[in-house]
Amino acid sequence: MDSVRRVISVIVINESSVLARVAGLFAGRGYNIESLTVAPIPKSDFSRLTVVTNGSQRVIEQITKQLNKLIPTLKVIEHEEMVEKEMVLVKFPSAEHISDIQALCSTYNGNIVHAGENNIIGMVADEPKRVENFLDACSRYNPLEIVRGGVVAIER
Amino acid sequence: MKMSGAQMVCEAIIAEGVTTVFGYPGGAIMNVYDAIYKQTGFEHILNRHEQASVHAADGYARATGKVGVAMVTSGPGFTNAVTGLATAYMDSIPMVVISGQVPLSLIGTDGFQEIDAVGISRPCTKHNYLVDKLEDLPRIMKEAFYIARSGRPGPVLVDVPKDITAEIGEFIYPTEVNMPTYKPNHKGNERQIKKAVDAIVAAKKPLLYIGGGVVLGNAGELVRKLANMAQIPTVETLMARGVMGHDNPLLLGMLGMHGNYSSNMAMSETDLVISLGARFDDRVTGKLSEFAKYAKIIHVDIDPANIGKLVDVDYPIVGDTAEVVAKMIELIEDSVDTSRYQAWRDILNRYNELHPLSYEDSDEVLKPQWVIERIGQTLGEQAIITSDVGQHQMWAAQFYPFDRPRQWINSGGLGTMGFGFPAAIGAKRGCPDKTVINITGDGSILMNMQELVTAAEYEIPVINVILNNHFLGMVRQWQTFFYEKRYSSTDLSFQPNFKMLAEACGGIGYDVTTKKEFDDALADAIKQNKVCFMNVAVNRLENVLPMVPAGGALYNMLLEHKEY
Repeated sequence: MDSVRRVISVIVINESSVLARVAGLFAGRGYNIESLTVAPIPKSDFSRLTVVTNGSQRVIEQITKQLNKLIPTLKVIEHEEMVEKEMVLVKFPSAEHISDIQALCSTYNGNIVHAGENNIIGMVADEPKRVENFLDACSRYNPLEIVRGGVVAIER
Repeated sequence: MKMSGAQMVCEAIIAEGVTTVFGYPGGAIMNVYDAIYKQTGFEHILNRHEQASVHAADGYARATGKVGVAMVTSGPGFTNAVTGLATAYMDSIPMVVISGQVPLSLIGTDGFQEIDAVGISRPCTKHNYLVDKLEDLPRIMKEAFYIARSGRPGPVLVDVPKDITAEIGEFIYPTEVNMPTYKPNHKGNERQIKKAVDAIVAAKKPLLYIGGGVVLGNAGELVRKLANMAQIPTVETLMARGVMGHDNPLLLGMLGMHGNYSSNMAMSETDLVISLGARFDDRVTGKLSEFAKYAKIIHVDIDPANIGKLVDVDYPIVGDTAEVVAKMIELIEDSVDTSRYQAWRDILNRYNELHPLSYEDSDEVLKPQWVIERIGQTLGEQAIITSDVGQHQMWAAQFYPFDRPRQWINSGGLGTMGFGFPAAIGAKRGCPDKTVINITGDGSILMNMQELVTAAEYEIPVINVILNNHFLGMVRQWQTFFYEKRYSSTDLSFQPNFKMLAEACGGIGYDVTTKKEFDDALADAIKQNKVCFMNVAVNRLENVLPMVPAGGALYNMLLEHKEY
């Protein structure tokens, strides 16, 4: 069966070990995690996990059902119509190409967020596909370090 | 009322109506044991190994339908309990296990007898808790019991640090559970049920496929009513033995790897599978692509994740089997034409005549199948049968004349050797008026034989019938069939003296080699009303047949294997 990519949001009670329950479920049942982000939902007892995964239609269905089965899970959203963003931080060696890098960052909804003596750091937040493009484009400036933030998504 | 955390644990157990707790004390759980000493609300049975405590609580739960409770200490006490938790988890048995934990201040320091119990048990419990505030304890206990018994049942672990059990606080046991994230759906969707019933009425070759969910959901009587009313042929999984009653003409038998010919052929030829509380386990389906190839599938299950997990389902119904089947009966009552499936029933009856479940009896050597049939003839409905895992388990499932749900107790999902004896202890405590027989093998029985001492001390008269073939018989059978008879580590010729072993622990032992000796021993064991080991020498190389080789299609059964 064809593998499909899915972004799934899981609303869980914000309590200890809940992340382990979700991660353990994926590991134990052999599901993939492409990226995973977690943060509390403001003014509530809940946290939101955003998981990017892939698998056959049957596997994706099992993932959502098994996530739903976890006792602390309030809701599982399999995203269809969504706005999806990922943040990335990139560290460059010197200020030599600073204006080029700045231009590149702004093309991808970002900016230079730090310019120091030894390096500069650029940040962009964009769709995962565009983040890939950005990373391809900035490879010519010899990035020292790349930190991707994982996908967050919100249903339209 | 003010009391210690330890007392709260006891009070909660009493409030839940539990009358027997199985367990084993140790450092981190001592406060609770002190509270147990001072209370009179429940009995505590000291098993001689934590694994046995959990299996005993499990057997108690399976036999009575109530939540079983076991209590263990931290570290090794808990790790010994893991097999018991996993066993109950795989078979969806309602159970609460309380484990001691090192004091909160020591958690994470590799303290003495510290182990991450919630971490280890996460994949083999329905849910688990580490209590880190005394004020949470009453709520957690309430939730634990609720989660264990509701929806698809399962074991719940409550890990309680020692300082929490020592602390004094206010105890108010909640009267209800309020969990916004856990609301199991019991009522099936009516439109779906209607569609499923229409499919049944329109089918030519429907087949009821009954699983353990029917037993767990106390839906046996309703399922029987549905089958009888519509005259639909029925197959039972290993976990559902007893639901239909062995003499019901609609019951074809057990299906799957060691199912009988007509059951497996029925599944291969049916045009509509009506799955009630079954989960399409690989030991049932054989090769999935060949399974029920010509059938549409109705799948009734309380756990949505079971639906569509392995096979594509045409009529998914999430709900409690009893509620859904009751609704089905209501809808089917007027529309059913019982003669409609007559041709189908005739075909299946012919299959059954062609290859009935059978064995070749002998006058020279005891056949294990004969022993099981004999127990059935002697005790029938009066007995609760537990078993361990292996050939004896399959023979018991095939040849015992089960008559009611909860009469047959075995580790179907996890396949845990050593389960039968402690489970029998729990079952006997739960149902004292029944005769409890553990049908076991010479391999399995040794895995929890220390329970002789428990059963002798508490006068729990479990009859252990050891079908002794001096082999790990099921593995040996596979070696015979698929490994060119290389009997790697399966020859159990070196054995203890089972009779003396039982006697040494305060029980009774019997050595049995003939039919006459077996009849005498069984009669005596029933009369003596004491725990016993019945060491029954059976044909060494007997095989469990029919057999669907692993991964093969259900209709490709090995029906005989002549070579001994």
